[in-house]
Amino acid sequence: MIRFTHVTKTYQRTGTAVDDVSLNIGKGEFVFFTGPSGAGKTTLLKMVYMEERPTSGEVRVSGTSSITARDREVAKLRRKLGIVFQDFRLLDNRTAEQNVAFALEVTGTPTAVIGPKVARVLTQVGLSGKGTAYPRELSGGEQQRVAIARALVNDPFVLIADEPTGNLDDRATRGIFQLLREINGAGTAVMMATHNLELIRRQEFRTIEMNRGAVVFDSHEQGARQARDG
Amino acid sequence: MKRTIRDALITFRRTPLLSALSITTIAFSLFAFGLFGLVALNIRNALDKLEDRVELRAFVADGTAPEALASAASDIANYPEVLSATMVTQEQALARAKSELGDFRDVFEGATLPASIDVRIKPGSRDPATVKRVASRVRAFSFIDDVRYGEEWIEKLYRLRNIAGIAGLVLGLSFAVVSMIIIGATIRMAVLSRAQEISIMRLVGATDSYIRRPFLIEGITKGILGGLLALLLTYVARTLIDKYLIQTVFFDTRVTLLGLLFGALIGLIGSSFSVGRHLRRV
Repeated sequence: MIRFTHVTKTYQRTGTAVDDVSLNIGKGEFVFFTGPSGAGKTTLLKMVYMEERPTSGEVRVSGTSSITARDREVAKLRRKLGIVFQDFRLLDNRTAEQNVAFALEVTGTPTAVIGPKVARVLTQVGLSGKGTAYPRELSGGEQQRVAIARALVNDPFVLIADEPTGNLDDRATRGIFQLLREINGAGTAVMMATHNLELIRRQEFRTIEMNRGAVVFDSHEQGARQARDG
Repeated sequence: MKRTIRDALITFRRTPLLSALSITTIAFSLFAFGLFGLVALNIRNALDKLEDRVELRAFVADGTAPEALASAASDIANYPEVLSATMVTQEQALARAKSELGDFRDVFEGATLPASIDVRIKPGSRDPATVKRVASRVRAFSFIDDVRYGEEWIEKLYRLRNIAGIAGLVLGLSFAVVSMIIIGATIRMAVLSRAQEISIMRLVGATDSYIRRPFLIEGITKGILGGLLALLLTYVARTLIDKYLIQTVFFDTRVTLLGLLFGALIGLIGSSFSVGRHLRRV
């Protein structure tokens, strides 16, 4: 579904951010990306939604190739992805509902469908009563739920979350993480970058550790090796 | 579509001063085109009327044989630029002068006027250069004393028309460039003030052409508004001239629509250049 083949990304000023990474992420998988700041997690995720393109190698996402995709195809691809950030990126002058609806409006969804879809997804993230609240009236955790609702409203096959709990306290972190698990349980793959080792340690999900742009540990391969070696 | 139009109108509210400025400069641009165009149009009209009367009169030396005169007239009539060449005898010249001068006919009692050949030039060949060429050919006949035509007037009017045309073009284009720059600056501010919104649009999969559209519509709207304002200004100017100076003609519907279209084009070009440049930075 998502395949990195010998992907290297080099920036002119800051050097190599991702160094010869090859990996495969399957349908419905939950994958943690971890590692120190500057390890290349964000760049890796950006290459999934093709905000960045590899300097060499290829990223294929659901049939779209980083080598050949034009802007228009990238836009179409993003309608099948959900993207969430540490800083939520909500529009302050719009209510929670309007923020979620925004994603549908700007991709040309018929107005009649927007209302019910928004209501359904807000319920899914546990904000059914807060649709008319503005972001400033919501807690951090709630704001992130709005962002997740916006990411989910187009029924993505993968949710990409770059440090989604980075700005949240423990309780909100657990809530968001629980939500991501539920989303994953419903069949959506999740790619989540995080510093929070505590969170990872308690989980059985696939974990990919990066350092200086390279993958230094992949629990998936580890598991495969252990199974092979008996 | 509703959203696109609403987005396009938001900038007018957010940057009313810059918006007004861009509309005004577009209006000035088109006003310059309009005003000088009107001058050129009216001179052109005057020339057309005048040219209908463009005539060469070749005065014939006394004592020229009428046969020579007749054959010269038919020669001249055969020039490609010439519509007709008529022989006017001394008697006819006198009769014409008397009838034209009405009350002062007594002046001509007992006078003699020279015979002449009156030459009318074909429409389309009435520009100063051609008229001059015909005149010099006619002058080459040995018995022609002098050739008269409204050379100075024609040349002056032509020159005036050209000057009006060029002045309008230069001034209009300068204003057009200035207005494109101002529209560009307005769009730049609009793009930057909506940077967050635009980046989210991109993230959720809005196409670039969708993101671009409201900015382009904004530019076109400003262009058309500028055009309408220019139309109003030109019309008022024309009405004043009509009232206090001379009767003039106004542009026909086709030219008026063309002016509005040109305004829209200025707006479109200004905004598309700017939006293309600045979207890449968001």
